[in-house]
Amino acid sequence: MMKTLFTALIVMMSFQLQAVIETYEFETPEQEQLYTEIINELRCPKCQNQTIAESNAGLSEDLRYIVYQKVSQNQTKREILAYMQERYGDFVLYDPPVKPSNYFLWFAPIIVFLIILAAVLTKVGRRRVKGEQSESGEE
Amino acid sequence: MNKKLVLAIAPIITFIILVFFFWFALDKDPTKLNSNLIDKPVPEFKLPALENPEIVYTSDSLPDELFLLNVWGSWCGPCHIEHPYLMKFAQQYEVPIVGVNYKDKTLDGLEFIESKGNPYSMIIADQEGQFGIDLGVYGAPETFIVDAVGNIRFRYVGVIDDRVWETKIQPAVEAIQGKPLTQLVQEQTP
Repeated sequence: MMKTLFTALIVMMSFQLQAVIETYEFETPEQEQLYTEIINELRCPKCQNQTIAESNAGLSEDLRYIVYQKVSQNQTKREILAYMQERYGDFVLYDPPVKPSNYFLWFAPIIVFLIILAAVLTKVGRRRVKGEQSESGEE
Repeated sequence: MNKKLVLAIAPIITFIILVFFFWFALDKDPTKLNSNLIDKPVPEFKLPALENPEIVYTSDSLPDELFLLNVWGSWCGPCHIEHPYLMKFAQQYEVPIVGVNYKDKTLDGLEFIESKGNPYSMIIADQEGQFGIDLGVYGAPETFIVDAVGNIRFRYVGVIDDRVWETKIQPAVEAIQGKPLTQLVQEQTP
């Protein structure tokens, strides 16, 4: 009884895995590598926090197929990412471009770091000056 | 003294700035993405009519006036909820609604229209889903407002009900047209 249940469970799990990974035949290993690389850099528009490689949404499946077709036609990574960006916007890229609308996100941490650094340095500098003064005062 | 004042005010200002950001984030639904096609023409397509595969539609077949482009499928649960509203808007307003039957089986799409009614002035059958991808569709139903020149001006992802029509669609249409939407007078039964 347990054995049957266990087997059934294993079978069910393996089906679920198969749902995500379709296998595509590529002419060269480079193409296959490029395909894997691209689907791991594209974000599924439907499911927000998954790449299209991880997601089993219907849309991700369609997008993977498009990537497969384009890789097979020897399109470059840049061309394929541009194709996706044209349709789904920067959202689809896990490495979004730096542009005025998101300067704040890119540069705010650096600016805050610089402010803190400046504050700490002036404070330390002042303390040092004070220290030197008191030392000279003791002499 | 002055320095103490700055130190005391700094956290309050930081707090106010954060509240400001979070307040605006509250209103934003992260699952609603901006369309990348705003102010761009409807992508090229060459697809059959749902009712008759011998009729082939292209961008030239689209209405010459402002219209709504509604992406739906019989497989899409929310589309069933949206459908009665579309029926109502199609009767009430002069704005044509073009349907895109997205990734559907022809028979299922036809069955949907035949049993529930047809609010669409034309239905483009996009079985492969390529047109949907060119439109950047990620969750049906999606509705685009296309202006008289043929440019996409607005996109709404999700069900259009009375509230969405009044708060989003109608104001957007009126802003694009530059005049209020005329409501067709419904005939009163004596």
